[in-house]
Amino acid sequence: MSGTIFTFTKPKIRSTTSQLTLSERVDHFLARWGINRSGHRVEPGLYALGSPIPESPVFVTANYTLSFDALRSSIPGIDCYILVLDTKGVNVWCAAGKGTFGTGELVNRISITGLAGIVSHHVLILPQLGATGVSAHEVKKRSGFRVEYGPVRASDLPEYMKTRSATPGMRRVHFTLVERIVLFPVELAKVLPYLVIISAVLYLASGPLAAAGAAAAVLAGIVLFPILLPYLPTKDFSSKGFILGGLTALPFVLAAYQYGIDDAMWLHLVRGLAPILVMPPVTAFISLNFTGSTTFTSVTGVRREIFIYAPVMAWMFALGIVLLVILTILRLTGW
Amino acid sequence: MVTMFDSYQSNTLHYDPEKCINCGMCSTVCPHAVFAPGDKVAKLVDPISCMECGACQMNCPTGAITVESGVGCAYAMFYAAITGKEEPTCDTGGDPCC
Repeated sequence: MSGTIFTFTKPKIRSTTSQLTLSERVDHFLARWGINRSGHRVEPGLYALGSPIPESPVFVTANYTLSFDALRSSIPGIDCYILVLDTKGVNVWCAAGKGTFGTGELVNRISITGLAGIVSHHVLILPQLGATGVSAHEVKKRSGFRVEYGPVRASDLPEYMKTRSATPGMRRVHFTLVERIVLFPVELAKVLPYLVIISAVLYLASGPLAAAGAAAAVLAGIVLFPILLPYLPTKDFSSKGFILGGLTALPFVLAAYQYGIDDAMWLHLVRGLAPILVMPPVTAFISLNFTGSTTFTSVTGVRREIFIYAPVMAWMFALGIVLLVILTILRLTGW
Repeated sequence: MVTMFDSYQSNTLHYDPEKCINCGMCSTVCPHAVFAPGDKVAKLVDPISCMECGACQMNCPTGAITVESGVGCAYAMFYAAITGKEEPTCDTGGDPCC
């Protein structure tokens, strides 16, 4: 693709506000639960917030409603333009990692919207986390626009705009309790249908204890793990998950061990062994997958974790399932 | 004990100060303050905290920084580990993961 795109119609500028309506808040809630996952989109293009003039700043964001709304609701009273890139309904950081919030789309969107003819300056303020997909010097070369990386969080923008510089704190990502908690509904919604089926099968095959054990192991990984992340010992997510899963399994070990007072000792031991073999690897597996949602784990480290812990998880789980099957057969044959 | 349960003690970040022109972009874009502004060249102050997001490499105009960045989706890597196939990047064909 080369050459200039000539447009004879005036580029469309939509208008927006800093207020969030009730239906937009409902949309955010649904997005958090993963309902209509890829449908929370804003039309890409140029938006006017307030009454911008050619000297007004231009902010760039993704076409995910949570991203766009976080931006516009953070800057009430700032007359500006908002350039929304087509990231297929994905947030800035994830889209930048995939390259959809990227140099190519940015340069393309500048050209489609005719931005150079609308503003007198050639400066774009991007969220810092967009830098993973955008090469500032490439953008300058290809569009003439200078990329300025604003703070990580839109909520710091009013402060940033006073001096056009970010404090060290504004440049750091964190992973606060609230930031971790908002992540689990989407995971919960994803596994809940499977969990119901698995628990039902276990209930029929082995009884209420096994069904509750499955639910406990999964919920420990999805709900407790994100909350307890910084407090669980060790650095690896898998080992943290094994510890959490082990603690979760303890009451089940005791309950299973005590089951059937008159039974032989070895039967008590096998029953007690099953939950400690099956449950921790389930929790650890879910915990390991949480690395994909965090703001700090490196691919190299996660790959190393998988290499070390995946065999342990697989063997423990398989052995535990074998024990469960044996126990079920024994029970059905009248032991 | 420290190294035993810590898979995050090294990564693929590499910085060549010889090529640095001290533009300051790396310390601006890094979300974990791995780089800090220096007098003559950027300083690599906390390499262990690097999460390999690739922002510094992307915005370094002289190619002084290299890092193997990736999405870090454990599901994708598990899948690759089990099937022996190449690690897929997040499939954005309509369904955004991560």
